[in-house]
Amino acid sequence: MSRWLRRAMFALVVAYLLAPLVVVAGVSLNPRQVLFFPPEGFSLRWYGTAFTDAGWYRPALNSLLVATFAALIAVSIALPLSYVMWRYRVGYARVVMAMGLAPFALPPVITALGALALWIVLQSYGRPHTVVLSHGAFLTTLPLATLTVGLQNLNPQLVEAARTMGATGGTVFRTIVFPYVRPYLLAGFVFAFVLSLNEYIIAYMTVGFTFETLPVKIFASLRYGYSPVMAAISVLFFAVAVALFALVGRVGDLPRLLGADERA
Amino acid sequence: MSAPAAPPAISSSAHAASGDGPWPHVLLAWPTVALTVLFLVPLGIIAALGFFRRIQAGFFEVAFVTDNYARALDAFHLERLAVSVVLALAATLVTLLLAVPFTYLLTRRPRARQVPYLVLVLASLSLSEVIVAFAWSLLLSRTSGISNLLVAVGLMDRAASWSPGLAAVLLAYVFIALPLAILSLYPTFSRLDQELPEAAGTMGATPLAGFVTVVLPLVRRAVAATGALVFIFVLGAYVIPQTLGRPAQWTMPVHITDQAIMKNHLPLAASLAIVLLVVSSLVAVAIVALGAGRWPRLALPGRAR
Repeated sequence: MSRWLRRAMFALVVAYLLAPLVVVAGVSLNPRQVLFFPPEGFSLRWYGTAFTDAGWYRPALNSLLVATFAALIAVSIALPLSYVMWRYRVGYARVVMAMGLAPFALPPVITALGALALWIVLQSYGRPHTVVLSHGAFLTTLPLATLTVGLQNLNPQLVEAARTMGATGGTVFRTIVFPYVRPYLLAGFVFAFVLSLNEYIIAYMTVGFTFETLPVKIFASLRYGYSPVMAAISVLFFAVAVALFALVGRVGDLPRLLGADERA
Repeated sequence: MSAPAAPPAISSSAHAASGDGPWPHVLLAWPTVALTVLFLVPLGIIAALGFFRRIQAGFFEVAFVTDNYARALDAFHLERLAVSVVLALAATLVTLLLAVPFTYLLTRRPRARQVPYLVLVLASLSLSEVIVAFAWSLLLSRTSGISNLLVAVGLMDRAASWSPGLAAVLLAYVFIALPLAILSLYPTFSRLDQELPEAAGTMGATPLAGFVTVVLPLVRRAVAATGALVFIFVLGAYVIPQTLGRPAQWTMPVHITDQAIMKNHLPLAASLAIVLLVVSSLVAVAIVALGAGRWPRLALPGRAR
């Protein structure tokens, strides 16, 4: 009985998560500019449009650029912070840590409004670096979470043994800590990258249409004219996310990266 | 390898704070500066902005006026606030009803079997709210939606459009919240002792009874924390109520964004944001307190040491 219960539960959740995607994928195959499901034919022309129409690939390139630098910033904040938290006792590190974890305890619209207000005060509203920095700080939470899990799992006796044998702090970090947390670092980078790629409200409030990202472009199309290109782009986005997370799962142990403990 | 010891034990083992020299502070410099400027300062600006005066020629001027808060707390905005909280609470409840049993059953599976589900959950979590809104508007539309399917199997006479509307908003809210809830519950659930429900079974409890009486009390804090997280996340969502809702479902984020971007009234947007922040924090704290207090206290079995 419980096996059937489990199967029903899994089927329900998988169907719920996949249903919108199935419809979007179907719509993206329509040969004409209509949004029918099931599609009234089979054509990949809208996928071609996504790559050849500057109105679509330019925002896509903007998004990739923003996501790459934002994820780098997120990791550059999270790595030293999580390392100091693990290795030293510094009073204010906890406060900084709280600031790193807090963005996910705020309604997203408030984070976005804060970014808008900040960049207006600093008179750089609309410039590309604003969205990069604001995304970077907002998404720091993700590498911070994966790195904290990783460092917790690192056996402190390894470090102690190295120090007993004369290794300096730098050597310990380079030869033990960094190699050990590398998969967690990669996972944190990928999470931040993919979420930045998909983030709408902060991008809208910091750069809006002056440095249009893909979600901002899709939202504009959502209001002023649906097109099957939107469906094609959505499918590509989902495919990128699945590929990156599957890669993380291949390189590292996904259940452990997400916080399950070590027993296999 | 055994599971982690508590962090303080690590710090005290080899490193005393006094002998560390400047290194921790050097390492902390960039995180401290970046997070202060990009997170703390913006919140401070919003708090101050709520009292500033809007000016027609630019954005705002420094002042101390209370009109913005008077408007943020007028009958219209209070009603919007109530609608926002009720919608978010409803979505949170539905999300937990799905996520708790699903995550529990998932973590009972062998690790390798869990991976495809985790990848699906992660990919869904990262899906842009914009794409989610687009997808659900298609799924609930007359020309390409599930109502066609229901007509085909004879459950309905004519295809119907369910978007925009209340159902569309709730379905999409749960869609964005479900992956977040599953990932938030996952660590606690996967560390639960496998043998506990089995023991309950041996002693004659049905799987469902074992789940409710043995497992739920152990995870109630994690469930409550997840509820709070999901509530805040949904309460702050903008695109979904804006595109899938009718004006009756337009929540605070829709009006905050409208004031900030369309109407160029940042001080009012800021005061609305502070009101939303206060209310969301109060409700989140209440949810966490509910999780801490209800069931009889039992210690979570420690991880293997």
